[in-house]
Amino acid sequence: MSFNLAILTDNWREILDGMALTILIWAAGTAIGLAVGLAVAVVQLFTNRWLAAPLALYVAVMRGTPFLIQLFVIYYGGPFFGLDLTPLTAGIAGLALYGGAYFSEIFRAGFLSVPPGQIEAARMMGIGRLDIVRHVQLPQMLVIILPALANMTVLLSKETAVLSVITVNELTSVIQSIGSTTFAFAETLLFLALVYWAFLEIVTAAARRLEKRVGRFMLRSQS
Amino acid sequence: MFDFNLIIKSLPMLLEASVWTVVYSLTSVAIGFCIGTLMCAAGLSASRLGRGISAFYVSFFRGVPLLVQLLISYYCLPLIGVNVPSSVAAVGTLALCTGAYLAEILRGGFLGISPGLIEAARMVGLSRRQILTRIEVPLAVRLTLPALVNETTMMVKASSLISVVGVLELTRLAQNIATSTFQPLEIYLTAGAIYFVINGAITLLGQLAESRFRLETAR
Repeated sequence: MSFNLAILTDNWREILDGMALTILIWAAGTAIGLAVGLAVAVVQLFTNRWLAAPLALYVAVMRGTPFLIQLFVIYYGGPFFGLDLTPLTAGIAGLALYGGAYFSEIFRAGFLSVPPGQIEAARMMGIGRLDIVRHVQLPQMLVIILPALANMTVLLSKETAVLSVITVNELTSVIQSIGSTTFAFAETLLFLALVYWAFLEIVTAAARRLEKRVGRFMLRSQS
Repeated sequence: MFDFNLIIKSLPMLLEASVWTVVYSLTSVAIGFCIGTLMCAAGLSASRLGRGISAFYVSFFRGVPLLVQLLISYYCLPLIGVNVPSSVAAVGTLALCTGAYLAEILRGGFLGISPGLIEAARMVGLSRRQILTRIEVPLAVRLTLPALVNETTMMVKASSLISVVGVLELTRLAQNIATSTFQPLEIYLTAGAIYFVINGAITLLGQLAESRFRLETAR
């Protein structure tokens, strides 16, 4: 078995493009997923059950079925509803919907972690429901749920690799096609694993630092 | 038109393939549990080498996407002269991956066991291995049962990825039917529903086990 690193350096431009696309998908999927998750949690907790029940089903389905099948339904099943998405849009939408379900559970737990006494007090003072969410609940719960949110965000970065199956040209897909045209599977795939591993380690370390920084507020909010 | 006939016609085949999904995912969880226990014990041991290996293992298998791990085992094992059927390689990879997550889960369980129990076991003359298999593992499993059940459902979902390396299971069969009938929506929705039912059953069994094995005295 020979080890020819030139295969990687020769294709550095495609590889960098793949990395950039992976990060873009991750960032977009996470951002939209967070918005979806927060919206779902707020609707579930603060409106009637006719709105909450279908959302509970959405969350259960997204958490109970494989991400790959969800992507297939969106990408290959989309045209049935007249939804002709490009692989990239379908992938980002899939990632956002998948992450949104998990994020909504985290947000829900967060809302419930703020003591009800504070909300009663705020209501007594005549603060509106949305203002209570914005100024009383969100600032406190975000500190509490930050580790869970960070964890899920890191998990989503790994799920981006699955998008290669629906032909999105992200890092895994780029490396795989380089591997199958040059038959240099060892070099390309081991490099791919190392890139993801290093990336995950860096992101995880950054998340820990952020938690530590924000953790300062924990004592104050709990006293 | 949404074609219900196609669903009814292909359901027996899909259900047959879903048996493989269950077999592959449960086998990998069983093997992964043994790996996870060993790695967890190594991680909590006094040996610096053991802790190093455990930390490296957990970090690598949790840090690399499962799809990439599967691709490596599929393409690279033959390069180093290991020629096993793709299903064996895939289950092995799933087991290694879930082992890393199970090691982390079990670590919480091991740390939750009161040291007095271990001391007592040592006092009555149990060997290190007996303490691990008779005292620590059963207690750790009971303490972490919800997380273990959750990890099992994650593996059922993750097993869909082995379709990418050509192993025939539910997702792969659904793909085959979808491409030959040109009706992907019906087929993938059915496949998704089957996964949903499998995971629902596992969650239900887990809740039964939880109420059956609830521990009042472990802490």
